[in-house]
Amino acid sequence: MSAALHYPSYYPSYFSIEDILATNEKVPCKFEKTACDLGFLDPSGGSKDLEVGTKLELPCWLARALASRRQIVSCQLPKTFRERYREILKADAALVDLHTLSPHFYELGQHLLPLAGPEGTTLGLLLVETLRERLRSIMDTSLNTTEDDAGTRQSKLDQLERSLFLTGRKTFRDHQLWLSRRAHIVTTSYMVTQHNKRKFSEVS
Amino acid sequence: MLSEKALELIKELDRSKDGKLPAFNEDIIRKVLEEMNTLFQQNQRDVGEAAAGEIRYFPSIHLRHAALDRNKRCLLAYLYNRLERIRAMRWEFGSILPADIRANLCEPETQWFNRYNKNLASYMRSLGEAGGLDLTQDTKPPKNLYVEVRCLRDYGEWEVEEGDTVVLQKDTTHYLPLAACHHLIRQGVLEQVE
Repeated sequence: MSAALHYPSYYPSYFSIEDILATNEKVPCKFEKTACDLGFLDPSGGSKDLEVGTKLELPCWLARALASRRQIVSCQLPKTFRERYREILKADAALVDLHTLSPHFYELGQHLLPLAGPEGTTLGLLLVETLRERLRSIMDTSLNTTEDDAGTRQSKLDQLERSLFLTGRKTFRDHQLWLSRRAHIVTTSYMVTQHNKRKFSEVS
Repeated sequence: MLSEKALELIKELDRSKDGKLPAFNEDIIRKVLEEMNTLFQQNQRDVGEAAAGEIRYFPSIHLRHAALDRNKRCLLAYLYNRLERIRAMRWEFGSILPADIRANLCEPETQWFNRYNKNLASYMRSLGEAGGLDLTQDTKPPKNLYVEVRCLRDYGEWEVEEGDTVVLQKDTTHYLPLAACHHLIRQGVLEQVE
């Protein structure tokens, strides 16, 4: 049984694991108001309160909550989304190792949009352009690589691209199966295979 | 940083994909709940102060509240994604889960699984005219009623519907009705030969 082909989280759902992981990336923030009794959040501070002007890297979810209404903190973009890296991505996005740069590049980018202020438009364009630049080769390799190569190809993709890549591979395999008239053959269910593999490796 | 424990739960689920289910992590859940309790107590206290006119507490209240929300989201996502996985397992493994997976379920999850089993069974019985329809059967459109299968491991004596018995021994091949042996193929006892 094939359930949904991939689990996109670009429509962020409350329960999405991907989305929770993406919103955990750090964002550089500066406190604009004093937060009482929360000095322990800044390990180098040592004072009881978080004073005005304290610079701290907060996870994206916290930065968004604090920056939105009362503007308790002001945020900067993480360095991956700043001018220098934007230039690199503009030069040739297809060659960049997005996974090491930021494993949830697009996802995080979208969450940063409301924090980006005047840079918001540039950031939005960057996300779209980057994906457009890279999608072609992702699709190409997902349909034309051998099983051994797939691992190395995948290692430079961000999470969203990876799910696209795997979806491509799965549909390609299904298509091959159908062409060779083998699509009707009942096979062992996927989870059982995985489960047995583990059992054998534990025994040996 | 706050809410770090809760994230561990999510990371744990993320690491174990594809039919694995990590043991229910009661320990961390308790720690997360403790953290939430502390945050809530502190906020209660500060809200009291703020209501009396102390505006300087607002930023901390806000921050703690965001952390509470985040913790809640992580906990709910943990429980929800586990249930989704258990439900998917019902369709892959059948109504009985392997012992090592069952050991990783917590008590309410086991109850939920049993109830899901029961609901699914009574739904499938209610379908069609002649005593129900097995939805786990024929996940791919069958071409023949009978298929040739090869045994992948020793399974012992097995009764086909009409009362005949076959001995399923490793590396023997049989010609069996697909409807009867479908679930054995899915469970990796038999393999369909083209």
